[in-house]
Amino acid sequence: MTDDAQIGEYPRWPEEIFGVLCDAEVTQVAYVPDAGHARLIELCQANGSMRSVALTTEEEGVALLAGAWLGGARGVLLTQSSGVGNCINMLSIVQECRFPLLVIVTMRGEWGEFNPWQVPMGQSVSDALGNAGVIVHPVDAADEIADTVAAAAELAFNAFRAVAVSISQRVIGSKVWK
Amino acid sequence: MSSSESSGNLDRREVVAQLLAGRGDALLITGLGSTTWDAAAVGDREENFYVWGGMGGAAMIGLGLALAQPERRVLVITGDGEMLMGLGAFATIAVQHPANLSVVVIDNEVYGETGMQPTHTHFGVDLAGMAAAAGFESACTVYTQSDLDTLCASLYSTRGPLFASVKVSGDRHETVLPPRDGTYLKHRFRRALLGDAEKGSLAGRTS
Repeated sequence: MTDDAQIGEYPRWPEEIFGVLCDAEVTQVAYVPDAGHARLIELCQANGSMRSVALTTEEEGVALLAGAWLGGARGVLLTQSSGVGNCINMLSIVQECRFPLLVIVTMRGEWGEFNPWQVPMGQSVSDALGNAGVIVHPVDAADEIADTVAAAAELAFNAFRAVAVSISQRVIGSKVWK
Repeated sequence: MSSSESSGNLDRREVVAQLLAGRGDALLITGLGSTTWDAAAVGDREENFYVWGGMGGAAMIGLGLALAQPERRVLVITGDGEMLMGLGAFATIAVQHPANLSVVVIDNEVYGETGMQPTHTHFGVDLAGMAAAAGFESACTVYTQSDLDTLCASLYSTRGPLFASVKVSGDRHETVLPPRDGTYLKHRFRRALLGDAEKGSLAGRTS
């Protein structure tokens, strides 16, 4: 298989999200490495106007992006569904101060999951975020992701809200174990 | 040593006053609990953002701010218990390596707001050693007035990220409360730093 063929097999939506983040003037990209976000993270790392910040745990990203907004910068938190649980108490800062927050969640523990240990947190994502004051936009079709992230960015940065886009495992693909 | 007796002798209020005396236009983040009362006792300022919750997040808020404002010095003053809850921040900050960030822990070796129970630093956990091992540009533990004078001489000028743990006595002080409404603290900080912050807020409209 040639490199071109491999590139051709990449789904388009990570590049589309990247374009939306550029348009939204996002300059801080916080993440814990994740298979679902791997391509998007690479694109952000390669972009000179974005600062990629690898985290040890996702709650660091919630605090980081609060500081970014205090300093006049916009950011995004890229996380797997399991990382949502790590954020809960830190989200109280966001709710109390009404910091804008844009989160993109790649789901595990739902469509076609084989690892039972991913299911509890995956199934809790929507309720947990909702209870923590985060508006959730679920999306389960690849061609709706970019528009959904754009709408979430608008709601976050211009209406000053905490918004998460959760991308279904149906889009990302279930993890294949060999 | 009793369970609540600190290895430090410095007075926390005097330490924080000395740390802030030379701040100039530096931006300040404080952690929930005593360090917020300490900063308020020195004097409330618009460029102070007091974190009244989100335990473990103060240093990371400082990082986000330092990356957004690379020309401004950012100082985080927080407690040992608050720092212990977010130790991963040492690794994350060290990798980003912001030259304009200083993190100072006021280390009384107890959880002051919950009944003076000993923290891990009381049993020898070395926060400065952890910061140094993570890769901070400089890291030290301050025990004496002389150590403190040395720290204050470099706090706003030396290349960061800088970390210092200042060992203070367990003495409690009057609780001095700064403003605590989060949206108010956010807005006044941004107005002081950015001017009319909302004016350009639609620049990134995507539709």
